[in-house]
Amino acid sequence: MLSRVANSIYWANRYVERAENVSRFVDVNLNLLLDTPMGTMQQWEPLVVTTGDQALFKERYGEATAENVLKFLTFDAEYPNSIRSCVKLARENARSVREIISSEMWEQLNEFYLQVEDAAKSMDMSKLYAFYPEVKNASHMFAGVMNATMSHNEGWHFGLLGRYLERADKTARILDVKYFILLPSLAAVGSPLDNLQWIALLRSASAYEMYSKCQHMINPRGVVDFLVLNPEFPRSIRCCILEAEKSLHKISGTPAGSWRLSSERRLGKLRSHLEYITLEEIFEIGLHEVLDRLQDDLNHVGSAITENFFGLPVLA
Amino acid sequence: MFNTYDPGDFYDELFVSRGVPRPEAELLVQRISNISIDELMLRQQMAQNMLFKLGVTFNVYNDNQGTERIFPFDVVPRVVPSEEWQWLERGLKQRIETLNCFLDDIYNDQKILKDGIIPREVIESATGFLKPCLGIKPPKGIWCHITGTDLVRDRNGNWYVLEDNLRCPSGVSYVLENRRVMKGAFPALFEALNINPVDAYPSQLLASLLHLAPDTMPDPQVVLMSPGIYNSAYFEHSFLAQQMGIELVEGRDLVVADGYLQMKTTKGLKRVDVIYRRIDDDFLDPLTFRPDSMLGVPGLMDVYRQGRVAIANAPGTGVADDKMVYSYVPDMVRYYLGEEQLIPNVPTYLCENAQQQNYVLGHLDELVVKATNASGGYGMLVGPHSTDPERDAFADQIKANPRGYIAQPTLCLSRVPALINSEFQGCHVDLRPFILHGEDIYVNPGGLTRVALKKGSLVVNSSQGGGSKDTWVVAATAS
Repeated sequence: MLSRVANSIYWANRYVERAENVSRFVDVNLNLLLDTPMGTMQQWEPLVVTTGDQALFKERYGEATAENVLKFLTFDAEYPNSIRSCVKLARENARSVREIISSEMWEQLNEFYLQVEDAAKSMDMSKLYAFYPEVKNASHMFAGVMNATMSHNEGWHFGLLGRYLERADKTARILDVKYFILLPSLAAVGSPLDNLQWIALLRSASAYEMYSKCQHMINPRGVVDFLVLNPEFPRSIRCCILEAEKSLHKISGTPAGSWRLSSERRLGKLRSHLEYITLEEIFEIGLHEVLDRLQDDLNHVGSAITENFFGLPVLA
Repeated sequence: MFNTYDPGDFYDELFVSRGVPRPEAELLVQRISNISIDELMLRQQMAQNMLFKLGVTFNVYNDNQGTERIFPFDVVPRVVPSEEWQWLERGLKQRIETLNCFLDDIYNDQKILKDGIIPREVIESATGFLKPCLGIKPPKGIWCHITGTDLVRDRNGNWYVLEDNLRCPSGVSYVLENRRVMKGAFPALFEALNINPVDAYPSQLLASLLHLAPDTMPDPQVVLMSPGIYNSAYFEHSFLAQQMGIELVEGRDLVVADGYLQMKTTKGLKRVDVIYRRIDDDFLDPLTFRPDSMLGVPGLMDVYRQGRVAIANAPGTGVADDKMVYSYVPDMVRYYLGEEQLIPNVPTYLCENAQQQNYVLGHLDELVVKATNASGGYGMLVGPHSTDPERDAFADQIKANPRGYIAQPTLCLSRVPALINSEFQGCHVDLRPFILHGEDIYVNPGGLTRVALKKGSLVVNSSQGGGSKDTWVVAATAS
């Protein structure tokens, strides 16, 4: 398949997944606020910090008020990682490969785009509670439609690869939000409020119910174990890496467990890292540090994929 | 409803006079009259929504509000009786055959120039005439594989050829999508009337393209080359590639390597045998044409000259689109086929001729002036609808560059009722049938009816606020 086409399907999926996840971690915070006792300081800054785009935010908005942060992450057309920009970019990518993907996929994404643009025009902040779940649904719909209407061919696997790498990265960031919220008061660890925050976090990853089936107590170790190391929950980092690796090997034809391309080697290394690391080690190194490194590794995998498949091919 | 519709002092495609439909439109008019106006508006809205949802959009250049729009669609179809269509089809085939002979001649032996039928300066001064194409023999001798010829009718219903579009004519996707939407909105009409289907176009197009590959090649690679998603006709490029099941490529996907044109895939380079290009000549190859082109492929023309890739339409066909060259088509038909032209040209004044230029300058308020190398409704003056300063500006341009302009009488284009603001209004239309030159010449039955939805306007181009209608070729005796 054309390198450009593979690249577009990969990015269309990444951007849809990114939009979904931005709305997920904004949603965690909105929900946390509902449960926060009156008088506690609202914390919006951590959301901006986790995006890594703090400087840009400061420059354009100044203070991290609820409204500023929500606008920035949701509707800012000039901020490339806002929900609005992500959906727009996803659509642009899909538009350039309309003849490769199914019409249903395109129609769904086009509707998604029109829906977000409508919301962006009205900028009605009171509707945001309903808006974020809609974004999540639209993203699920896209994944479902793609699964049900597109041949599970090379292009489909590029889409999956993009989606899972993005999701792994964003689950790491969602965990990081909690880390930053906790920072100001280490004493709060284990408090009732702390517990509420972990529950909200699990819910934001749609993980609360599945978590409860595995463990009864909500505590940091349990949550980290579930969201980082669980091999079956589809939003856990390890599960995403396993799925991404499957797709990568389907694309390249290299047998599982071996590597030929740099992207296969990097992703394989990351997978085995997650397979062999223990919870004790994670907390010894520090959760934030582990998540940070994970994100770095994911970036390297992304560059290797670009080099292996989207640039001028090195094979053949 | 239709009883209040006044066809006015125009040739109306559906009505002979107020309340009297043409025989081929009788059943249609009757059926539409049975639907309430609210219901019709609703179906029109549904059809528009469907087109928007499908993303059947085009981009408008030099327009700051949003890049995509849908081509407004009107639910009242235009009807062409099948006997009339058969005559048009013969006329179009004759014209395409002629123009193909002309192109082959002009880039090779130039007999028509040597025999003095067309002055050499006319050809050599045409911007579409490309010297690098001299001496090229394209595969199977075909130059103009895909043509969209613009036809119009005057106040008496006489047909004329207004323009030839032999470069990259667009619009066929609307023909196919409009039909799909109409079938969804009015299934009963399609059951009752004998309407010629249009759906064969993509497979006919693919057959024409495959015909260009060497006969011995088992599985030729055909691609559609597009400038990319920001092009005004991108939807169509993507639609046609999908319908034909071929790759849609951009210049950056292609590279010349080992003497062949190749595309960059995730598994390495892959050879390309036939290109259906939707990108202008000038941009095809920066080494041969515009050096600043980012859309083309360096070295493509060399591969083409060596016969290692086929290009449809062949580079250089634009010379036939030149509006001065157009005025010689009747002579070409006589010269190459020994026949008289079936569908006439619109009478054309050449500004290069001093006498004719004088006439044009004296009658700017009556004539339509067109730039000889432009298309898409750009660079034209519609005399009766123009202002003094506009006319003055055109007069200056004509005097400065007489070769650059021709003028034609302002035709009073035929009209078809269109549903606007809950009532029927007569709107001017033209017709662009699509013709394919493969092993044989094929004319898709019907074509794109473009309609000027701005009141009184004569300009139907999508870029100038026009819309479209479905075009039905039907047997007049339908019951």
